[in-house]
Amino acid sequence: MKLELRNITKRFGSLVANDSISLTVEPGEIHCLLGENGAGKSTLMNVLYGLYQADEGEIVLDGEVQRFSGPGDAMAAGIGMVHQHFMLIPVFTVAENVMLGNEQTGFAGRLDLDASRARVREIADRFGFHVDPDRLVEDLPVGVQQRVEIIKALSRDAEVLVFDEPTAVLTPSETDELMEIMRQLRSAGKAIVFITHKLREVREVADRITVIRLGKVVGEASPSASNAELASMMVGRPVELTVRKDAPKLGKEALVVRDLTVIDDTGHVHVDGLSFEIRAGEVLCVAGVQGNGQTELTEALLGLQGRVRGSITLDGKELVGRTVRQILDAGVGFIPEDRQVDGLVAGMSVAENLMLDRSHGSPFTRRGSLQLKARDEFARRMVHEYDVRTPGIETLVGKLSGGNQQKVVVARELSRDLRLLVAAQPTRGVDVGSIEFIHKQVVATRDSGLPVLVVSTELDEVVALADRIMVLYRGRVVGIVPADTPRDVLGLMMTGETPEGAVA
Amino acid sequence: MTGAPPEIPGETSEAKSGTTAPGDPPSWRLTLREIVAGNVLTAVLALVLAVIVGSLLVAVTDDEVREASKYFFSRPGDTVDAAFDAIWGAYTALFQGSVYNNRVDDPATAIRPLTETLKFAGPLILAGLGVGLAFRAGLFNIGGRGQMLLGGAAAGWIGVKADLPAGIHLVVALLVAMLFGGLWGALAGFLKARTGAHEVIVTIMLNYVGFYLVFYALSQESILQAPNSANPKSLPIQDSATLPRLLGDRYTLHLGFLLALVAVAVVWWILNRSAFGFRIRAAGENPEAARTAGIDVGRTYTVVMLVAGALVGLAGANQVLGTVTSGVTVDLDAGIGFDAITVALLGRSRPLGILAAGLLFGAFKAGGFAMQASQGIPIDLVLVVQSLIVLFIAAPPLVRAVFRLPAKEAA
Repeated sequence: MKLELRNITKRFGSLVANDSISLTVEPGEIHCLLGENGAGKSTLMNVLYGLYQADEGEIVLDGEVQRFSGPGDAMAAGIGMVHQHFMLIPVFTVAENVMLGNEQTGFAGRLDLDASRARVREIADRFGFHVDPDRLVEDLPVGVQQRVEIIKALSRDAEVLVFDEPTAVLTPSETDELMEIMRQLRSAGKAIVFITHKLREVREVADRITVIRLGKVVGEASPSASNAELASMMVGRPVELTVRKDAPKLGKEALVVRDLTVIDDTGHVHVDGLSFEIRAGEVLCVAGVQGNGQTELTEALLGLQGRVRGSITLDGKELVGRTVRQILDAGVGFIPEDRQVDGLVAGMSVAENLMLDRSHGSPFTRRGSLQLKARDEFARRMVHEYDVRTPGIETLVGKLSGGNQQKVVVARELSRDLRLLVAAQPTRGVDVGSIEFIHKQVVATRDSGLPVLVVSTELDEVVALADRIMVLYRGRVVGIVPADTPRDVLGLMMTGETPEGAVA
Repeated sequence: MTGAPPEIPGETSEAKSGTTAPGDPPSWRLTLREIVAGNVLTAVLALVLAVIVGSLLVAVTDDEVREASKYFFSRPGDTVDAAFDAIWGAYTALFQGSVYNNRVDDPATAIRPLTETLKFAGPLILAGLGVGLAFRAGLFNIGGRGQMLLGGAAAGWIGVKADLPAGIHLVVALLVAMLFGGLWGALAGFLKARTGAHEVIVTIMLNYVGFYLVFYALSQESILQAPNSANPKSLPIQDSATLPRLLGDRYTLHLGFLLALVAVAVVWWILNRSAFGFRIRAAGENPEAARTAGIDVGRTYTVVMLVAGALVGLAGANQVLGTVTSGVTVDLDAGIGFDAITVALLGRSRPLGILAAGLLFGAFKAGGFAMQASQGIPIDLVLVVQSLIVLFIAAPPLVRAVFRLPAKEAA
């Protein structure tokens, strides 16, 4: 089925989210929609899916103009959507989720689960998905849950499939599998719209690329375009994708971790006898597939984990057994992996979030009383220095875009008197322009002579920032290797294997 | 300053790509957040809706309206007139009973209803502040009744038993009330901080424990019970411990109302200008981020419940030492411990909002009696209106739908 969007315009009040966007997707084609967060990609897809009504323009399928008043109409017309946040019910089985909203019933409303099971098996076999229709969705890994979403769309005979930022929640290997699935769907003649802001993925699978910026189509690009070309189209100015940094000026060993073990309340061991050290002026990147103990390691460094054994010393001072407050005061800066949960209070202002971990003592409090003037001056300075795009310092931080939120966190942490920086997923969900900025800040911190620990599941980021790379697998160190280690070796190490001669 | 690119609706979810299911706050913390974050308009509209529904109830339950409705189809005007009279009469009576009684000539008598309103408002404001402060820390303090009983009984105990000079006696009684109410609240906060016990369950249960503790104290002559009495009641409060009347003996308004005003100012300062208030708000909005920022969330819970309980305890003292000085009974809380939840909700947990909501509910209390006396409208109807306000406030989407307000943008 051929999909055409003709001059779609969607306004929210005075804001034009989509400004006369036209797009054509042929059957058997993967069409990438590339743009930064807030460029209008998701709005466009929500118009396509019937969640929003376009103010102008039309949706055409195989030459027929469509009128969707809701997702039901869009689905009936053959459009399927795989959302970034899965629309699945965790306590239902795969078969139950697939039939949800399209239930086939027998006598007295009895659900015909057998039919749904058969349908799941049939689709899974056709595309080589390994999905058991009787498993509960909540027991499945994220990558498989996504496949259930795809099956759900296919079970309604979708001919146009929309993937909205599908790789945001996937591990590198799951991403590869998804790419393979998309190629199979393409060979089966489906028209595929792939929304993303990750350049590597675009170049890998796209047949055609449309770049959107600030609600407008800025042009088409060919899949053979370089990352730098794509990025500058997206951002609207030349972007430096590689992080420029000099050779590290190494100092003495600053952070020393010995036999660190972290156990959770259920007795599960997340970090298992970890030992490493970071020297002053050095970036150590922790690589690994999500969920191999990185979160627990960073939380243990900050004193957020309850059951910790072993030793963490910073400049000779022991950190294990201290409170978060004491560790922050010892000069540990922390950029948490999930800023929405651990980094920011969405309902508080930019200024308040900038002093979140300094609500004691000077300069922001005196004798228990907030020093509003000092706070606001500081906030204005940080907003300027770190280029936080916000209407003002009183704006609630939850209203800012992901990149600007992250800049608030970075500004807060780097403005303290630090002796160590721990940055977990510092650029997750952040636009290209902000990534560039944050990477520069990390390098600048290292060049000022501090030890830096960066945790990232994005291999690009690890390779770009690291002076040395530590690969974790199931809470253990697979190896600590130099930054120029080939990607395929790193990829292998992330699965727990130690290639010959790779460990430095 | 650079111009910010506006956030485009529908794309905000992208910013949350790092959010994972285990970190999602329980849905009812979201409910609480929505209530606290609700805007003034929603609160006012909830009030308007409640008054409209209340009017319908007045009309429907009025005898004359029902009489006229029997021949509605021949003379519909009679029914409408009767309904209008009933509603007009009800709200006139409410006004005359709570603000200014224009049926008497003597202005000094005519303003008495207003002083009654203020008197009733005092403890509602104090207890409302206690509940609202806990709301801001993300805690549902349903233990107003227990904290009030403990505080009131403790104040009564000092007021009846202690022999202290005038002035000092009153101050000591008030401080002891705050101490007891505060400890009763802090117990719930401490249990939550240490064991994770849910504060709703703990405070509700502590209401019962508090009630029977006070009941026990009132049935022991060695503690509180009046000598040679079979009733669970203490002796009257000594004059040296009573809250002095503010406007002479013609009016029953006492110092308690001024205490409430002072408390409004203090709580406002705590929330908006103190480091402690900053930590309360951070812990209430996002405990995970607060913990990561080095804030001791458990300690914040305990201390905030101590302060909240102290405020509610002060409301208890207000009753025992000011409004009903004839002696401590187990009814001393007069339902204020629960009404305080309504006041805090209507006031959106902001000190000034709670002040306004407390005054309104004080007026309901004072005027409700007048409505019953002059119009024969059951006082229950006032309670129905109060309950409807809570119902509408707790369901902002309902209010928005009724008034066709735009849905709140996804933040």
